[in-house]
Amino acid sequence: MRIILNIWRQKNASSPGKMVRYELDNVNEHMSFLEMLDVLNEELTRRGEDPVTFEHDCREGICGCCGFMINGIPHGPERGTTVCQLHMRHFRDGEELWLEPFRAKAFPVIKDLMVDRSAFDRIISSGGYISINTGSAPEANSIPVKKQDADRAMDAAACIGCGACVAACPNASASLFVAAKIAHLGLLPQGEPERDRRAIRMVLKMTDEGFGYCTNTGECEAICPKGVKIENIARMHRDFTRAVALFREEAKVGGTG
Amino acid sequence: MAFQLESRIPSGPLEQKWENARRDMKLVSPANRRKYTIIVVGSGLAGASAAATLGELGYNVRCFCFQDSPRRAHSIAAQGGINAAKNYQNDGDSVYRLFYDTIKGGDFRSREANVYRLAEVSLNIIDQCVAQGVPFAREYGGTLANRSFGGAQVSRTFYARGQTGQQLLLGAYQALERQVDAGRVQMFARHEMLDLVVIDGRARGIITRNLVTGAIDCHVADAVVLATGGYGNVFYLSTNAKGSNATAIWRAYKRGAGFGNPCFTQIHPTCIPQTGDYQSKLTLMSESLRNDGRIWVPKKKGDTRNPNDIPEEERDYYLERMYPAYGNLCPRDIASRAAKLMCDQGYGVGPGGRGVYLDFREAIQRLGRKTIEERYGNLFEMYERITGEDPYTVPMRIYPAVHYTMGGLWVDYHLQSTIPGLFVLGEANFSDHGANRLGASALMQGLADGYFIIPYTMGHFLAQVKPGGVDESHPEFRAAREQVTGRTKKLLSIRGKKTVDDFHRELGKIMWEYCGMARNAAGLKHALKKIPELREEFWQNVNVPGSGDEMNQSLEKAGRVADFLELGELMCLDALEREESCGGHFREEHQTEEGEAKRDDERFCHVAVWEYAGENRPPVRNVEPLNFEFVHLAQRSYK
Ligand SMILES: Cc1cc2nc3c(=O)[nH]c(=O)nc-3n(C[C@H](O)[C@H](O)[C@H](O)COP(=O)(O)OP(=O)(O)OC[C@H]3O[C@@H](n4cnc5c(N)ncnc54)[C@H](O)[C@@H]3O)c2cc1C
Ligand code: SF4
Ligand code: FES
Repeated sequence: MRIILNIWRQKNASSPGKMVRYELDNVNEHMSFLEMLDVLNEELTRRGEDPVTFEHDCREGICGCCGFMINGIPHGPERGTTVCQLHMRHFRDGEELWLEPFRAKAFPVIKDLMVDRSAFDRIISSGGYISINTGSAPEANSIPVKKQDADRAMDAAACIGCGACVAACPNASASLFVAAKIAHLGLLPQGEPERDRRAIRMVLKMTDEGFGYCTNTGECEAICPKGVKIENIARMHRDFTRAVALFREEAKVGGTG
Repeated sequence: MAFQLESRIPSGPLEQKWENARRDMKLVSPANRRKYTIIVVGSGLAGASAAATLGELGYNVRCFCFQDSPRRAHSIAAQGGINAAKNYQNDGDSVYRLFYDTIKGGDFRSREANVYRLAEVSLNIIDQCVAQGVPFAREYGGTLANRSFGGAQVSRTFYARGQTGQQLLLGAYQALERQVDAGRVQMFARHEMLDLVVIDGRARGIITRNLVTGAIDCHVADAVVLATGGYGNVFYLSTNAKGSNATAIWRAYKRGAGFGNPCFTQIHPTCIPQTGDYQSKLTLMSESLRNDGRIWVPKKKGDTRNPNDIPEEERDYYLERMYPAYGNLCPRDIASRAAKLMCDQGYGVGPGGRGVYLDFREAIQRLGRKTIEERYGNLFEMYERITGEDPYTVPMRIYPAVHYTMGGLWVDYHLQSTIPGLFVLGEANFSDHGANRLGASALMQGLADGYFIIPYTMGHFLAQVKPGGVDESHPEFRAAREQVTGRTKKLLSIRGKKTVDDFHRELGKIMWEYCGMARNAAGLKHALKKIPELREEFWQNVNVPGSGDEMNQSLEKAGRVADFLELGELMCLDALEREESCGGHFREEHQTEEGEAKRDDERFCHVAVWEYAGENRPPVRNVEPLNFEFVHLAQRSYK
């Protein structure tokens, strides 16, 4: 099949970008979207042109590396899928597509379709963990967890950190990502002691990093390749509100002894 | 100069070795720990767990990965599960049994002491991960659930849906980020290690390329840990993530680290078959599918009927027939070879006859679709997405693919390589899995190494050296940096006619054909002629566009493929020299009458440790003999 691609080309963060049009004549319908771009890049290389930079690694829909906008939709038109798992059989012969990087203030463009999502790591390091040192854990079955809770925690933990929710949100909010982590850890008994602190720190950090507020538009849930539910955001708001009322950062006082 | 391969296995009975070793290890006092800088390259299960734990202990850690975030390391893709000898199912499991299964599964080509320690530590791993909030599957009563995996008759595999690797990695990544916040770990994402710096015979640092700016930097440390994963991508098509590469260990090899058993490659039996030439990778379907799925081919050659129209009596459930004791759950090397055999004999299904059926019809009838959905839903979805076929109604088609490399840098019991101060963890080292890896044990090994072994052995090493003493101005750092810069410039200057992928695909074809599921002397010799030719052409005719001072994915790939072109040769050489069949290494000349692998314990009960001898000089093969004090070498039988 034939596919026409308009791709955002931008040399680096500080130079302006523009759309460039490419035509591909021999696209096989079984190819993944990224394999189609591989074919384009091979052609560009042979012609002595700069291949298109896009991020990818696992190509199995799990690492969260890949992702850009296809016709204005993060990861493209198929629901519940990453762009590496999107196959060309979902497109029509002769179709024209527009590829752009995820757009958000907190995700600066690095090159072409690649953006910098390190803000997500900084949000996690602000409190998205359970504080337990290696080697001091109790026997695993001494902490029973209700199957329903474990399952719901797992639903939230399935987030791959791709950033599509941010790109889809009109406010460029990272709420679904943050809420997923808060829910994953907060639903488990092990996560309970740090629940307030985690909620406060992560929510504040998200704002600091330049992500917008959530206005319940729901675009994030609609676009999330892993089906992370917006109900997690409700949970995050509740935890945050509760924490604001109850939580005080511990005073850092050393002993005298 | 031959290696002194001192394995440092502690004395005493098997069950006490690790305890004895720990008791005798030297310690670094808490106040002194921050004076030591440790470089950890890699942030997969092995690297992230090591960096987090060393940070918790108070060392000054610098952790590197080439992805944009440590959370994306290839470990994230592991689906099926992680083993531990908890015996929660009361089905007769024990540390000893896990140890024995692993030794036997590896075809008696690994060290007893290491494997026993792995089985022992497996218990703590589960505790640690649960405490971190890893949402393992649970029973209704709230306790942990288990399932069984290939090569085992007990149910000891812990899992988090089909995303076990992801969840374990997120646990380690979160522990790592906690140390980043505490200021004890400094994370260098989007940095690729391009060389190792050895000063006075000791590893003292690395050279990296900042993948965004192109800057080549020196990083000095008191010790270096490589946890950089496996090299299965040498085959081009494999189940590994596209970025997985051998560069870090290959550079270390060229700086004096021994390379153990490079030819041991695991082929995974349950991958989605290849469909076209443009294909960039193969997708694995978790082996846990073999718990409920039955593998078969039509009894008639070239039967192209719809599988659902083929009646029961015209199906050959060949694994159940050939290996009645384990059936569909026999180990990977055996299941893979059996599938190849069926296809080679003309019973294969799907395009080109390269596939066998993995059928859930009976399981769905017995357990109901809902249970199957719960157990394997995401895998079924993935299959459907890739193939466009619905595995709930039509059996899946599977075929073996390169999956894991048991070879890697040689390490002693302390996980130290032949270069003092250079430690190697996880898939990057050669240890623990022997000639074949049982399912669910790589995750176990990565975490055992990172959480529970390196913190002790690293302390022991550091306690014996003074912190600091060299800096970036040292001539060895300058020389290594210049070499890296020179190599980058060279790659960019060739401007030939072929792309990097052209070369990689060609290398992959040679490797798969002659050093793949089955090997023979003639084929290996042929490959040993072809690979140097291809390498020569690469350095004359590769086209790497762009410059070195920017994000340049072609350049990244080119450097990795250049290393694969050298490593591939060593793999073939190793395969040629090992004149026996064992696990993931099947030499056609050495098989029993029934076509099973035939080991030669007299001549090959050892680890082959290759030593770099310089440009254009054949590498030297050293051996570490393997002594089996506690188990009897036995013919592996799964019948
Ligand atoms: C699809 C799939 C499914 C699997 N399923 C299972 C399973 O169910 N159970 C099981 O036990 N095992 C499984 N395995 C095997 C297992 O996942 C791996 O062996 C294991 O995760 C390897 O972990 P690691 O930490 O050693 O390396 P990796 O996770 O590969 O990490 C390598 C790290 O090194 C970094 N790195 C590499 N080179 C450089 C460099 N030059 N410079 C800087 N950084 C570098 C990378 O950025 C990365 O952070 C599976 C493997 C695959 C491919
Ligand atoms: S919540 Fe969904 S869309 Fe957002 S980062 Fe996670 S997986 Fe991606
Ligand atoms: S490349 Fe890993 S999710 Fe797409």
